[in-house]
Amino acid sequence: MEIETEDLGNGSLVRVSGEVDMSNSPTVRDSLMNLIAGKTPAIVVDLGRVIYMDSSGIATLVEGLQETTSYGGKFRIAGLTEKVKQVFELARLTDVFDIYPDAEQAKEGL
Amino acid sequence: MKRFQIEIPSDPACLKIIRSSVESLCGMAGMDENESCKIVLAVDEACTNIISHSYEGATDKPIICEGKIEGSTLFITLRDVGKKVDPSKIRSRDLDDVRPGGLGVHFIQEVMDRMEFKDCGEEGTCLFLEKIVSNSGEQD
Repeated sequence: MEIETEDLGNGSLVRVSGEVDMSNSPTVRDSLMNLIAGKTPAIVVDLGRVIYMDSSGIATLVEGLQETTSYGGKFRIAGLTEKVKQVFELARLTDVFDIYPDAEQAKEGL
Repeated sequence: MKRFQIEIPSDPACLKIIRSSVESLCGMAGMDENESCKIVLAVDEACTNIISHSYEGATDKPIICEGKIEGSTLFITLRDVGKKVDPSKIRSRDLDDVRPGGLGVHFIQEVMDRMEFKDCGEEGTCLFLEKIVSNSGEQD
């Protein structure tokens, strides 16, 4: 799993790639919590290159969403692959998150 | 009949070995990629529960995974030697309560046709999972 963060000026883009599971979801959490600690006004998490995600990855994103919205920030998900979309659907979370087809569209209107 | 048996340490970094084996078996059972991905997720969640609850995070304990296809059914058995599971306490949570965590059992129950815990001796638990294969036709 690889993760990189890009400053968008009005927020941050977090690009995740590879497999997100119990072994590395704490790394994703650390990245998100660093941004949240600084009250980043908008966080876009690009999952376009994630080929697998388990419930620990989903839990990390739910926590990120709740923490960001708690201070009035925006939290957007971009680029769900079919496999990861299935996991969101199993968790019945597709209506809970703001989900965009790709990062470019998710960055619009931040 | 196609089968595998592997033993991994209870280290989360090793779960991809089980995921890969289960994915291969699903492919041999003729499952499409989406169905296969769900089975892999269910087995993975069961393994993470073993690590978190039966072994309380210890990374050097054994997890034994057996998989086989018999007829139109895929069978997965997971064995551990950790704290015994009380099946009456295994349940999924209310998904309307949106919060981090607690989704693993829901995923397993949603995906698999059977989930049954059994006592397997002095220590540990066996978890039996079954899935009827909707895409018939085993692959070589």
